[in-house]
Amino acid sequence: MKNWPLWEVFVRSKNGLEHRHCGSLHATDATMALENARDVYTRRNEGVSIWVVPSAAITASNPEDSGELFEPAKDKAYRHPTFYNLPDELKHM
Amino acid sequence: MEAIFENRIANDQKIEPKDWMPEKYRKTHIRQISQHAHSEIVGMLPEGNWITRAPSLRRKVALLAKVQDEGGHGLYLYSACETLGISRDELFEQLHSGEAKYSSTFNYPAVTWADMGAIGWLVDGAAIINQVALCNTSYGPYARAMVRICKEESFHQRQGFEIMLTLAKGTPEQKAMAQDALNRWWWPSLMMFGPTDAESVHTEQSMKWKLKRKSNDELRQQFIDQTVPQAELIGLTIPDPHLKWNPEKGSYDWGEINWNEFWQVVKGYGPCNRERISARRKAWDNGKWVRDAAMVYAEKRETDEFKKAI
Repeated sequence: MKNWPLWEVFVRSKNGLEHRHCGSLHATDATMALENARDVYTRRNEGVSIWVVPSAAITASNPEDSGELFEPAKDKAYRHPTFYNLPDELKHM
Repeated sequence: MEAIFENRIANDQKIEPKDWMPEKYRKTHIRQISQHAHSEIVGMLPEGNWITRAPSLRRKVALLAKVQDEGGHGLYLYSACETLGISRDELFEQLHSGEAKYSSTFNYPAVTWADMGAIGWLVDGAAIINQVALCNTSYGPYARAMVRICKEESFHQRQGFEIMLTLAKGTPEQKAMAQDALNRWWWPSLMMFGPTDAESVHTEQSMKWKLKRKSNDELRQQFIDQTVPQAELIGLTIPDPHLKWNPEKGSYDWGEINWNEFWQVVKGYGPCNRERISARRKAWDNGKWVRDAAMVYAEKRETDEFKKAI
């Protein structure tokens, strides 16, 4: 018999905050995944909203490609406010 | 590549599932995380048996919540373990075949209500000491699971200690029951920290990968030093005639663990080894039709909806 598929669980801890990944679980379908997520990940009021996503539906970047993906941002210091030299007398900007 | 990897860990960087890792790192982590998960699941058995016999509704809801937490902790850990490329079914198979181990403490029986107190106070107390160190371990999913677990675990120890406290303050029979539970659980709790440093084969590697922060003997001493005053506070006696405060060391001297018993239980000859595994197997085998039926139902509903759509 086929194994129950894996789901990734995302929980919003309170309104105003984003959903955050908190773990995974096995369930036959989305309804069961939501019910199980409630029992496994929100036993102590950890959430006001849950997303469940089939793990197989997630496309993830590969750590081996991290260089070409993320390194170009490293030498662009001019994207940060501290790159700019301003006089000390200027208190707020 | 291995040198870069070890260097990352030495610099407190976390390792995540898709990162390259040495095969030995993967295997060791599968072994340790699954052993940890199995301990949570098997640990539900001695306590689950007492839920219907709890002496009050207050005790019953607390014990029920504790056992449910243990199920949850097992699930966090199984998920973390699966990120290393092993399936949930393979993990269960390893538990049921005896290939994977779980904490030997759960091979001792819980014979009276006071055992619920002693287990929470001592077994969970020892587990917390081991687990706090793991919140900072090098494998990201394991460390994250441990953070969640540690947050939830302290209620377990407090509810256990409260049971012991109440019994110790009760009738002479109740106090004797608490003392008897302490007598039986003290040494198995000390054994939870594993063999002595001299005998421990994995320590060096585990320290390097931050699967361990302190040695077995150091953690055991920490447990003794923190637990002895707690026993004194509720008027119970630690069952060790050699236990004595050593002012020079600033810690307790204590007797000798029965290592022969320790190895017997590890090798499968403890009082409940067979019973625990057979209970797990029975639950798994008897639940098969439910798992299969749920899967077929989900697939059928999906097909029906697909048909409706066209």
